[in-house]
Amino acid sequence: MNLLDPRAPYIKKRFEKINRVIGVSSGKGGVGKSTISTFLALLLKQKGYKTGLLDLDIYGPSTHVILGVKNAKLNENLGVEPLNIDNLKFFSTIFFTENKPFLMRGNELSDALLEILTIVNWGELDFLVIDMPPGFGEATLDLLRLIKKIEFLIITNPSVISLETVKKLIQTLKEGKYKIVGLIENMKSTDEDFVIKSCDELNINYLGSVPYFYDIEMTYGNIETMSESNVSLFLDKVLNKILF
Amino acid sequence: MHEWALADAIVNSSLKLAKDKGLKKINEILIRIGEVNSIDLDAFSFALSEIMKGTILENSKITYKEINATLKCNNCGFIFNYKDEFNKLTPDEKEAIHFIPETVHIYLRCPNCGSIDFDFIEGRGIYLEDIK
Repeated sequence: MNLLDPRAPYIKKRFEKINRVIGVSSGKGGVGKSTISTFLALLLKQKGYKTGLLDLDIYGPSTHVILGVKNAKLNENLGVEPLNIDNLKFFSTIFFTENKPFLMRGNELSDALLEILTIVNWGELDFLVIDMPPGFGEATLDLLRLIKKIEFLIITNPSVISLETVKKLIQTLKEGKYKIVGLIENMKSTDEDFVIKSCDELNINYLGSVPYFYDIEMTYGNIETMSESNVSLFLDKVLNKILF
Repeated sequence: MHEWALADAIVNSSLKLAKDKGLKKINEILIRIGEVNSIDLDAFSFALSEIMKGTILENSKITYKEINATLKCNNCGFIFNYKDEFNKLTPDEKEAIHFIPETVHIYLRCPNCGSIDFDFIEGRGIYLEDIK
């Protein structure tokens, strides 16, 4: 008989214990996807939800920088346990890469992703926030295949270049009938409203805009300061639109 | 332990396969293990026996087929033996590969041209080969 890879069916079983999976996606890199992912996960945790944050931007992970995590040895219990940061469960490949470049071809990226989803034991969660890789490559396609309950939070800049790719991402997700919780316009610095108009045309929930905060990086690594930042305040205002 | 998750995945698939085949009792499970995964077979076998308790898999014989790993460089075409390169690594580097085998691309290089761009020809992954 054909060899059976046991990982995919097992991943489905693992994710039965996770109530909602929010994939934070963008068409382009550099739009603040990792920042929004991290701040959203922290906010959900503060609201009392059991929350996990998974960095699947495997070629360029950065949520650990935002959280101020340098290195850690993960415990093993029925798999690999995520790092517990003040009750936020966090997993990134940086725990295994010594912060060195982790580059491979697409088929191996898929294998790495399956391995991570198989071995990481999240336990029961209300929310798992996933910092998705930019664009629409293997990792996104794999997640769509493996985690049927995934919902997407789309991030763009107020830039026609970002929006051009974001539109394609949205069209693809809509065609596949995936849930899109809404779009956040990040790093806004003008009154231009072309992103709002595009959301109307695409029938997407425009959640609002986050102004460009030049000092946001000053908060990185300090969860208390991050929680009081303007990005957190904005997310707090739109959280109900994301959750319901 | 990390082996527990992989053993649980094998049991999950074995039970599903048994159901698909309409089998009421399983006597043997055949598992293929790639060298790159560097599985601790004692820990893996212990996890399997614990997870199989109370299922139709309980007390079934476990047969392992271990597959040596061979790599091929995409840059120069050189085919090389995984073990020779793996043995040069530090314990931490070996452990990283044990958890996520694709981290070989961080710690290994093609011994002929130094490239990180190589593929597994064989020897990666854990598969359920059959149940009897």
